[in-house]
Amino acid sequence: MHKIWIIIQREYTSRVKNKRFLLVTFLVPLLMVGLIVGSAYFSFKGTEERKIAVVDPNGFFKDKLKNSNQLKFEFPKDVDTSNYQAKGYTDILLMPIFEGDKKADYILRSKKSMGFNLQETISNKINTAIEDRMLEKAGIQQYILDSIHQSAQIAELKAYEDEGKKSKESNAGLAMAIGYASGLLIYITMFIYGTMVLRGVMEEKTNRIAEVIVSSVKPFELMLGKIIGIGAVGLTQFLMWIIVVMTLTGVGLSLLPADIQNQLQQLQASGGQMGAAGMAQASESAKNIYAFQHVISTTNWPLIIGLFLFYFLGGFLFYASLFAAVGSVVNEDPQDAQSLMFPITMPIIFSYIITNVVIQNPNTPMAFWASVIPFSSPMVMMARISYGVPSTVPYWELAVSMLTLIGGFLLTTWLSAKIYRTGILMYGKKVTWKEMAKWAFAKS
Amino acid sequence: MEPLLSLSHLVKHYATQKAVDDISFDIQKGSIFGLLGPNGAGKTTLLRMITGIFYPDAGEIKLDGKHFDPLLDIREIGYMPEERGLYKKMKIGEQALYLAQLRGLSKADAMEKIKYWFEKFEMQSWWNKKVEDLSKGMSQKLQFVITVLHEPKLIILDEPFSGLDPLNANLIKDEIYNLAKKGSTIIFSTHRMEQVEEICDHIVLVNLGKKILDGTVADIKQQFKESIFAIETSHPQLIKDNALFSILDKADKNPNKILVKLSHAVASNEVLKYLIEQQIPIVSYNEVLPSLNDIFIQLVEDTHAKARAFQNI
Repeated sequence: MHKIWIIIQREYTSRVKNKRFLLVTFLVPLLMVGLIVGSAYFSFKGTEERKIAVVDPNGFFKDKLKNSNQLKFEFPKDVDTSNYQAKGYTDILLMPIFEGDKKADYILRSKKSMGFNLQETISNKINTAIEDRMLEKAGIQQYILDSIHQSAQIAELKAYEDEGKKSKESNAGLAMAIGYASGLLIYITMFIYGTMVLRGVMEEKTNRIAEVIVSSVKPFELMLGKIIGIGAVGLTQFLMWIIVVMTLTGVGLSLLPADIQNQLQQLQASGGQMGAAGMAQASESAKNIYAFQHVISTTNWPLIIGLFLFYFLGGFLFYASLFAAVGSVVNEDPQDAQSLMFPITMPIIFSYIITNVVIQNPNTPMAFWASVIPFSSPMVMMARISYGVPSTVPYWELAVSMLTLIGGFLLTTWLSAKIYRTGILMYGKKVTWKEMAKWAFAKS
Repeated sequence: MEPLLSLSHLVKHYATQKAVDDISFDIQKGSIFGLLGPNGAGKTTLLRMITGIFYPDAGEIKLDGKHFDPLLDIREIGYMPEERGLYKKMKIGEQALYLAQLRGLSKADAMEKIKYWFEKFEMQSWWNKKVEDLSKGMSQKLQFVITVLHEPKLIILDEPFSGLDPLNANLIKDEIYNLAKKGSTIIFSTHRMEQVEEICDHIVLVNLGKKILDGTVADIKQQFKESIFAIETSHPQLIKDNALFSILDKADKNPNKILVKLSHAVASNEVLKYLIEQQIPIVSYNEVLPSLNDIFIQLVEDTHAKARAFQNI
């Protein structure tokens, strides 16, 4: 055991001391923040304005289609499909002759094709106009309609989960985001640290140091020491990321102007239920930050982070030993590594695809099976857990999933160790899958 | 005297091959032992069993009279495999320390010994360098130091001189003698017969997984001598074939030296007497013993075809 400890130390320090490790530790959180801010910025900024010429034979829709940021409707004369572009319009909308409640085709022709969302918006606008017209015919006046439209926008769905006696505010959007993020994070790190194990083993084999070491320690100790050392590097990385993100958030909050901070404190003190006057006083940004903090606080973070670390480690151990086995049979040729890695990377990629499905429907039989089978459980279970334990994932399911994962990595480690100890000392020979299976299931 | 290492009826079979097929021999304490054989003879498998990397399928290994237990006895063995290397990116000092600790030395103990050897081989300035900065000869020296650092009873060197210039080879050779003198036992595995002849006391030759020769270098040479004598004379043309001997075709660099093979049951003194009677001026007269190289080729050559046929299946 003492020797494994020496190996773990070397594997760990040689990587953590590396400049690349520090770089990744600080750059990845910055990159993530940049990515979120950047994509938000571009989705806001990157939309183009559409100027639409509406050809409306009986003038029914005039002034009924409301303009928005992106859509400007105009009702020019002398515009048809042959000249709308020349006259400076991006699209032309051809209305049928309106005949009450008959179904009719509305034709949109564009210079450049229009996104699905915008098309949806236009057809909604047309339908609203028709609806208004019908209501008006039924005797409801325009100003009443307007006021109804305005006051009907106030409903906000607040969902609660009933857990025994107390009910808890639930937030499907946040759950989905957390589930998605943790699944993705496990997916990425599994690849990063899995291939790190693979390259470490290949390095020992191609540098011919394996036999030197194996004459002092058992191959199993060398393999396990490497896997644990690299797993510890991964854990360190996560802890650093958590610290960096928390520090950045703290710094960000303390940089807010003093009055917003004051308002924020008031909101926190009153639990968001300020008097109408106070609520009106609080600025929009303070309310947004408060809302964000409130949503974040509804999540059971210690549980999620704890389980995340468990599933990261479990999944890593499960796959790392397989990567180690593959690394041990690869010869000098890196192309060999590619083709041998394929059967291991396939289930990882497949699990990620399942995760994306499960995140929409966390309670299907597929979701259950995928979250207890160790090949996919680390990612899929993380996606489900964010919806709530024990409401979405009962304790017994969680227990079964954790136990099968532990059993799974013990099994892969045991099988891989047998491939590894033969492979690592074999030079200049291309090993087939059949041979590897033979080594894995050989006695002793 | 009790042998340090004793192998009895060792067997190791792979799926397609009998790598080691019932091999037994003893190695005396303090001796320099040569393990010889052509490529693929089973040498490396044998060494891997002696170092505890492989378990034998059958047979027993005894170290110092006791059953060999890889877990406990690993401390007593220093192994420099033929396929040897180091971590390229790791500093040399740290690397030596790491490998010494894996051998079971404490950190302080390892440090002290590394300092001793680095000083001895004038390697102190290497401490913070990386292996990729070293020449092949330099890293070979480092390998040797790492192998003997923990003062093992049994040192196993597989092709220790490959890639070394004569100067460094001599340095290592002297150190091998030194270690043997201090009581270490050395197993030396190589194809280079002239080195074996120079260094080893005792050899074993294996081929196709079996032991085909076992003995001291001097005994084996005696065993394989073919009554060949070299006669050096100022008048080589005077020597002719006769009943006592026949002249061999083998040319010597020295044109005045003639190799003759004595006929059956002829004593060497009779030849000398004959030469004197013929009034041939003799400069020197001596028996030519076969080199280990000749013996090796003679013993292995016959089986070579067999090995080829085996591979073709």
